[in-house]
Amino acid sequence: MRFDLKPVSARPSALAETAWYEYAIRFVFGGLITAAAGIIAKKYGPITGGLFLAFPAIFPSGATLIEKRERERKARAGLTGVCRARLAVAADAAGAAMGCVGLIVFATAVWRWLNEFPAPLVIAGATLAWAMTSGMIWIAWKRHWVRH
Amino acid sequence: MAEILIRFLIGGAVVSGFAALGEMLRPKSFAGLFGAAPSVALATLGLTLARQGQLYAGSEAHSMIAGAAAFFVYAVCTSCVMRRFPARALPVTLGLLPLWFAVAFAVGRLVG
Repeated sequence: MRFDLKPVSARPSALAETAWYEYAIRFVFGGLITAAAGIIAKKYGPITGGLFLAFPAIFPSGATLIEKRERERKARAGLTGVCRARLAVAADAAGAAMGCVGLIVFATAVWRWLNEFPAPLVIAGATLAWAMTSGMIWIAWKRHWVRH
Repeated sequence: MAEILIRFLIGGAVVSGFAALGEMLRPKSFAGLFGAAPSVALATLGLTLARQGQLYAGSEAHSMIAGAAAFFVYAVCTSCVMRRFPARALPVTLGLLPLWFAVAFAVGRLVG
């Protein structure tokens, strides 16, 4: 597998390229799954409801948006961009898989620490654990797997 | 009803926020990390703690481990399919969602 080896960078102008309805779709899907998780937990209990705290709610719309953007970018250069778009979605999904390991750490931290420490501290610590785990896995993946 | 509406608004805002953050970042694989941010959990846990207490929220978090494991399998499969086959993103990502349900409920039974 070989994806790009560019360093991490932020491009705030990318937000302006997103249409208002794309933000609206994400807001609605994010809101719906959060509300649904609450309804499911109320009806079937926290064990079933808890599963949906890690539901890939906006992943399909995000992947579709990435594919569309890459195709449009390549089309401006007179290319189809089909292959590039597929690889961009694959790279995004690979990143999400690494983020999922962090998500498992987040959930485990909340589960183990909630009865021992104040809730705001636990949630902040678990979020930090998610960010650090995901980031470290991504760095290790870039250094050791992508290069070789 | 008011609680559902509050969940909807907070969930929509938090999920959109993480998605926007991911959209600004490059490369794509790093931005992808934010596709698996604990956005729904962050939006939900505060309300759950306030209304149902720590024990209930802890049970949800325990079960979330299974959901996250299922998300991992789903994301790996999506990446593999997109890399190897000439497929479009929407049918692949939607078509693999039953895999999330299967793995989540199977792992949920094992760890629950």
